[in-house]
Amino acid sequence: MIEARDLAKRYQLGRTTVDALCGVSLTISRGEYAAIMGPSGSGKSTLMNILGCLDRPTSGTYALDGSPVHAMSDDEQAEIRNRRIGFVFQSFHLLPRFPAWKNVELPLVYLGIPRRERKRRAMATLDRVELGARVEHLPNELSGGERQRVAIARALVTEPVLVLADEPTGNLDSRTGEEIVQLFGRLNTQAGVTIVVVTHDAGVAHHARRILHMKDGLLVHDEAIEPAGSVA
Amino acid sequence: MNPLESVALALEALSVNRFRSLLTMLGIIIGVFSVILLVSIGEGAKAYVVAQFNSLGTNVLIVTPGKRETTGGPPIIGSTVHPLTVRDARAVAERCPRLSLVAPVVFGLSHVKYMNRGRNTNIIGTTNEFSEIRNLRAEVGSFLPPSQFLSEKQVCVLGRKVRTELFGDGNPLGKLVSIGGTKFRVIGIMQKKGTSLGIDLDDIVFIPVRAAQQLYSTEALLEILMNTRRESDLKPAKEEVKAILMQRRDGTEDFTVNDQGDMLSILSTLLNALTYALAGIAGISLLVGGIGIMNIMLVSVSERTREIGIRKAVGAKRRHVLAQFIIESVVLSSIGGLVGVALGIAVGQAAVAIWEDLPLKISLWTVGVAFGFSFLVGVFFGVYPARRASQLDPIEALRYE
Repeated sequence: MIEARDLAKRYQLGRTTVDALCGVSLTISRGEYAAIMGPSGSGKSTLMNILGCLDRPTSGTYALDGSPVHAMSDDEQAEIRNRRIGFVFQSFHLLPRFPAWKNVELPLVYLGIPRRERKRRAMATLDRVELGARVEHLPNELSGGERQRVAIARALVTEPVLVLADEPTGNLDSRTGEEIVQLFGRLNTQAGVTIVVVTHDAGVAHHARRILHMKDGLLVHDEAIEPAGSVA
Repeated sequence: MNPLESVALALEALSVNRFRSLLTMLGIIIGVFSVILLVSIGEGAKAYVVAQFNSLGTNVLIVTPGKRETTGGPPIIGSTVHPLTVRDARAVAERCPRLSLVAPVVFGLSHVKYMNRGRNTNIIGTTNEFSEIRNLRAEVGSFLPPSQFLSEKQVCVLGRKVRTELFGDGNPLGKLVSIGGTKFRVIGIMQKKGTSLGIDLDDIVFIPVRAAQQLYSTEALLEILMNTRRESDLKPAKEEVKAILMQRRDGTEDFTVNDQGDMLSILSTLLNALTYALAGIAGISLLVGGIGIMNIMLVSVSERTREIGIRKAVGAKRRHVLAQFIIESVVLSSIGGLVGVALGIAVGQAAVAIWEDLPLKISLWTVGVAFGFSFLVGVFFGVYPARRASQLDPIEALRYE
């Protein structure tokens, strides 16, 4: 599903040139649940942004389901983000003035779905993340865990093939973080959604079935693991 | 997202900063308001002048001595041109069948006296036809005798003001007044007509043309007035009158024939220029309002960078973001436009209700153009901020604090 070859990302920070990625190649198959770990500055977020079509590599190729995403125009990439990828951010990135369901329906707006249908699907998706009772709440009326659930619902509402989560538990306490991670696990095992999670928390990473270790812009270790969640 | 939803979204976004949106609209409100009022005054002035003109008779031709393009003003003293005479007037009347009525006009200023009350007044020496052509009628008694009697009778018709000044409430009919030392018998009193184009039509004494020529010891006429039955006869009649008069002058054209259309078009051009100038001035305020919109939209774009980032992250294309912000700017300017239109009409109506004589004419055309312009201002000044928003990089926009 994900096929990345020699991804490199270099950018200017003032006068210094930063090599955030120095040639990363990886393949992730459909239905996989992978975690990317590494210290801060190792390039894992940069990699995620490229995989999520939010950013472009300086060099290298990236194919999603066989289509060469790296060569696409901005608008084509926007369409990929809209239809095929769900992105979950560390700081949720919800629109503060919109109630939960309106945040969730946002991707459907750009998909051109009619209003009624959008609301129905947003509601159903919020139910799926167990937030059916709080659909009319504004983000600031929700707890951190609830906000992240809204963000996950927004990522899922278009039924994407790939869900990318960048430190999804980074702003949550460990208990709610655990709930969110459980949610990812269920999405993967029950709905077969391909999930890639970036984290520096080993506990979170061990819910996945594969851990990719990064350091200094390079993929240094790739291990398959027994998921911790499957014991329960 | 359908258009209605987009507008609802824009309204919602604008209501977040209600006061700020209102202040921004104020620029457009004032702009549209002043465009409507100023243009309406210009249009009203034009309509007023045209109405005044037509109240002084329609299908009118005027011959004045001297070759001039514009009309008005007495003949220059000591000029070498042939004076217009009563014989000229008769000649055109007899030889140009398109003409309906012809009236020679002599003009002067004399002291008019009755008993111990006197007044310096405009004297018009003419014939009965003048009354018909100029739409000025006697209310009491009769106007001057018709021209076939080109009489030297010493009779006069008083304007309303002259009558009041000299006779008060008394009946002047049959009384003798002295005009420039000559006695004239009052045979009529004019209807009240008021002031038209700067001339007080009630402060005039009419006497027969011959009498006036004797009074001022001249053969020369100020002008010859004539009219045609139909408007379509006006232009051909003009040429025919010109030919007749030139023939009488051995081919020299030392006179000018103007028709009302000429004079009206000169005035219209002038008044149109006035209207455009007023519209231009008001348009500047609309432009300034537009700059206000652009300014506030730029602020809004930078305040909502994260929102834009989020929208882009979930799949908004450039055109989606572009449309969102242009619609917001257009909604802002259009609401301002609507309020300005409502205010302009309301104030205009109120002003006309208070000052009845105010020449103010609010036309649908003016309202439409003013509102349309406010709409376009929204589009024009919204494009740049919206383009900035649409070109934001999603990652940088999301990181923006």
